[in-house]
Amino acid sequence: MTETTLEIPYEIPEDAHNPAEPFLRMERMPHIWCAGCGIGTTVNCFTRALLDSKANLDKVAVVSGIGCTGRVAGYARLDSFHTTHGRAIPFATGLKLANPELQVVVYSGDGDLFAIGGNHFIHAARRNMDLKVICVNNMIYAMTGGQTAPTTPGTAITATAPYGVFEPTFNLVALAEAAGASYVARWTTYHVKQLARSMEEILKKKGFCFIEVISPCPTLYQRRNKMGDGLDAMKDYKAKSKIRNGAPTGECALSKTGEIVVGKFVDRERPDYLELLRAQMVQALGDRYVEPEDACCSEC
Amino acid sequence: MHADPRGVLTGVHFIDGDHACCEGTLAAGARFAAGYPITPSTEVVERFASRIPTVGGLFIQMEDELAASITIQGAVWGGAKAFTVTSGPGFSLMMEHIGYAAMTETPCVFVNVQRGGPSTGLPTLPAQADMMQARWGSHGDYGIIALCPNSPQECFDLTITAFNLSEEFRVPVMLMLDECVGHMTEKVVIPEADKIAVTPRRYTTLPPEEFLLFQPKGDEVPDMVKAGDGYRFHVTGLTHDQRGYPSMNVETQDRLVRRLLDKLKPLGNGRALCDTEDLEDADVVVVSYGITSRVAQRALRMARQRGIRAGKFRLISAWPFPAERIRELAGRVKAFVVPELNLGQMVFEVERAAAGKAKVIPVSHAGGTVHNPETILKAIVEAAQ
Repeated sequence: MTETTLEIPYEIPEDAHNPAEPFLRMERMPHIWCAGCGIGTTVNCFTRALLDSKANLDKVAVVSGIGCTGRVAGYARLDSFHTTHGRAIPFATGLKLANPELQVVVYSGDGDLFAIGGNHFIHAARRNMDLKVICVNNMIYAMTGGQTAPTTPGTAITATAPYGVFEPTFNLVALAEAAGASYVARWTTYHVKQLARSMEEILKKKGFCFIEVISPCPTLYQRRNKMGDGLDAMKDYKAKSKIRNGAPTGECALSKTGEIVVGKFVDRERPDYLELLRAQMVQALGDRYVEPEDACCSEC
Repeated sequence: MHADPRGVLTGVHFIDGDHACCEGTLAAGARFAAGYPITPSTEVVERFASRIPTVGGLFIQMEDELAASITIQGAVWGGAKAFTVTSGPGFSLMMEHIGYAAMTETPCVFVNVQRGGPSTGLPTLPAQADMMQARWGSHGDYGIIALCPNSPQECFDLTITAFNLSEEFRVPVMLMLDECVGHMTEKVVIPEADKIAVTPRRYTTLPPEEFLLFQPKGDEVPDMVKAGDGYRFHVTGLTHDQRGYPSMNVETQDRLVRRLLDKLKPLGNGRALCDTEDLEDADVVVVSYGITSRVAQRALRMARQRGIRAGKFRLISAWPFPAERIRELAGRVKAFVVPELNLGQMVFEVERAAAGKAKVIPVSHAGGTVHNPETILKAIVEAAQ
């Protein structure tokens, strides 16, 4: 991390308590997240990334689904959309295609993006839609009371698996890579600097980008599994995580107590959806092709 | 304002209802469509996919109808006019997002080319059995508009009306075709662009610091903004206050949900779209819509030839239901005959509005083909006695 990232190149209001305040809808505070929850940490990293990337904030939109992480859209002082359960990605797809100058960030949880929304995730990755997907993976359905997610590791106790989870989990980073993502990384909320840097990278990269953030849920995951509080999760992440940039994603599956491989795993160049579309249309139609932006953003 | 000439295929055409509907979307200014293939509706987006690259816009085939029905709403908030097209099974999947569009007051159009149901039903054959689903299919209280064309020409005209009403009232509008109307080929006249009225999006003129995203105007409908213009607004499907922020509060819920219904009142009454004939002296009124109204037309002629004073009331805007018009007729006619390609849907609305003042006789049909005019005639004859 360079020195410059510690500078705060905007005016902090005199009565501000936190440099992140200008990015947040402070009139909506206090937020709903529990003490020890990691989502706020990821939002701090995101504001840092927005700053460092020097993004025009009028042109950044956040789209969330449903769940604890789904509430991020409601707190971000940006054009923000809190959509239906699992459908943040298709909403974001329409938003991006109709208004390509927008930087569209999908910010949602593991249950939302990979259970009910799993189909949309793989297809957006396949299309290499220019979306930046940040998945806060707390390994549980937290808002609804701690039910099993497709990411809940084996033997964990949940509200709907009172005798222990036995279903295999998704390895999110492997899934993202296999489906075609241009960028795939995983960090934990312990790795705030690396996470902020990864977020900054995806804000500058075209195509479908995916960051998984392993994040504590003391209230509904850890408590039932006698895994301590938020601070214990940080200690756990510190002890068990291993930075392996470029690691084969197939070797990065998570388990309840095993190693957490973190790092940037994929960073590749693929033409994105709009580039592919334009190339095909120009080839097929030549001069008859009319660029979509002109029409979609007109006032009619 | 007038239609953008780039989308208007002015001329006299011989096309089917699905294709005419597509031309209607283009004339109305739709430059974005998302869809998922399903018989008998797909021709609408097939034509759109072929036409749109030379008009300037986008079609995307999504992975399912859940996706298609929310992708269009992302596009709307990005600044486009947008629609999706489906039939029964897909319409069922879209219910979640019809609710989202109603709650977030996102103007958009859902075209449903109805086929026989329930479930996969009769993929290639007509029905009118999604009428109640169009009105009530998503959970909670909300209002929508539903229009029922009965010819390819109306598929063109009413598609434009659907977009215009969706922009004016900021509601999802259902365009309820049926397989017959969708696949019927007839003459369709597309006027010149400057003869087509198009309702622009009601963008606010207020600066960001004065603008509230869900503050209703005099007509109970709030003005809109689009992403990227510096308003830094928030849209949620949760119950929200005038700022658009979630509010789990009984008063906010009551104010918001009542307004979602109240804003449509003008359409249920004075501005209801109906096509009527021979009502002045009528003893029996046939209430019908879509393809069934064309069969009913013949039955009405046969009834008049027999000296029965029968009149026509064709629902063009089925929702909001024109209850006042039916109530007023109920006071002076003997009976309503309601043929529809379902086992009883809009007939219940007629019954409710007639409130016992006139007999209401359903002529139900499970779908798969249209009524025989004699069946409707028989009901008219019985009703007249």
